[in-house]
Amino acid sequence: MIGSYRPGTSPLHRLGAGAKLVGLAASVVVIALLPEWWMLLIALALVLLGFAVAAIPPRDAVAQLVPVLWILLIAAPLNALFSGWETALEMSLRVTACVALAALVTLTTRVSAILDAVRAGLRPLGRRVDAERVGIVLAMTIRAVPLMTEIVRAVLDARRARGVEGSLRAVAVPVVVRSLQTADAMGEALVARGFDD
Amino acid sequence: MSEIVFEHVTHRYDGDDVLVDVSLRLTERRIGVIGANGSGKSTLARLINGLVTPTAGRVLVDGLDVARHGREVRRRVGFVFTNPDNQIVMPTVREDVAFSLRRLRLDAADVAARVDRALDRFGLTELADRPAHRLSGGQKQLLALAAVLVAEPAIVVADEPTTLLDARNAQLVERHFAELDQQLVLVTHRLESVESFDRVLVVERGRIVADGAPADALGAYRSLIR
Repeated sequence: MIGSYRPGTSPLHRLGAGAKLVGLAASVVVIALLPEWWMLLIALALVLLGFAVAAIPPRDAVAQLVPVLWILLIAAPLNALFSGWETALEMSLRVTACVALAALVTLTTRVSAILDAVRAGLRPLGRRVDAERVGIVLAMTIRAVPLMTEIVRAVLDARRARGVEGSLRAVAVPVVVRSLQTADAMGEALVARGFDD
Repeated sequence: MSEIVFEHVTHRYDGDDVLVDVSLRLTERRIGVIGANGSGKSTLARLINGLVTPTAGRVLVDGLDVARHGREVRRRVGFVFTNPDNQIVMPTVREDVAFSLRRLRLDAADVAARVDRALDRFGLTELADRPAHRLSGGQKQLLALAAVLVAEPAIVVADEPTTLLDARNAQLVERHFAELDQQLVLVTHRLESVESFDRVLVVERGRIVADGAPADALGAYRSLIR
């Protein structure tokens, strides 16, 4: 979701963000309830077909799935050991299909469109929920991921340069302090951009 | 040009006087603010759009008291920060520029047209759909400037916008600042940046110690740091 949008004109790109989010939620529920591994295999194949329809380059598609594959590399053998290979296969297919489907939605939908959809979806709640504020919180959450990555990387570099690589405190303290400073600065920038009520 | 007025402004932070009894009337098109780190120049800049409010005195922008009419003032005064990373909110370049217009409730076509114009002006059109966090430092600062200008403020205040940039990118960003139609208040350490300005203020320990034409003000500052 972090800037992973790929511009395009496919039917999936043209579909409204709200419809895609509702479709994603419904599909995840269905995938979670599928009882057989071959059904999950068909579900995953359909999701991959979606990537082809959206003309997402294979490299971009794989990049979205690499983090979950690392997790499965550890989780699947453990699952097989305690619950059998069939359960491990089902779990792996289920997780991969869900993550791939979510990736497909984010690759074909601008974040601003998602925010608009969230705002529209929350509108019926009226004054009880500030839809604009929820949208901004969502945007800031997405934005915080690369910012935090940058902070952690800089702190790890500084720790290495000062020769205290084993110290957990030498990472945790500066990361927390810099994160709070960054949050302060971003809050100030939001006010400066007119989001101050 | 707009009118920025400081009336006996004092700002205290954590018991320290950051600015002391500053009175100014700024109507020039290009105004530079120089001074050492911690001198109070960034606070002076932040007071102009109400990011900080005076402990005593008033700051008025076109007659509006920034402490009481913050939102209206911020619509007139755009602010560019030192670190553009803190200013970027949305994941892609186009979305971040468009984000500045969300509160104006414009229709989609108007937003798209204004965003396209802003991107084109700063040479960001080709990067429109790129993740904002993957831009170079100079590109990020241009994005920050585009995101400010798309809302069409009357005044742009920039707090050391080139400090984190290399010489080439600093020059590029400064060239764009020089071409602005808006009234500009530029806080900077790069003395050459303000040589052609209409007015330069030198801030030292919370007070304006020199104020006038660049040659005079820069001369006073150089004597101060010698």
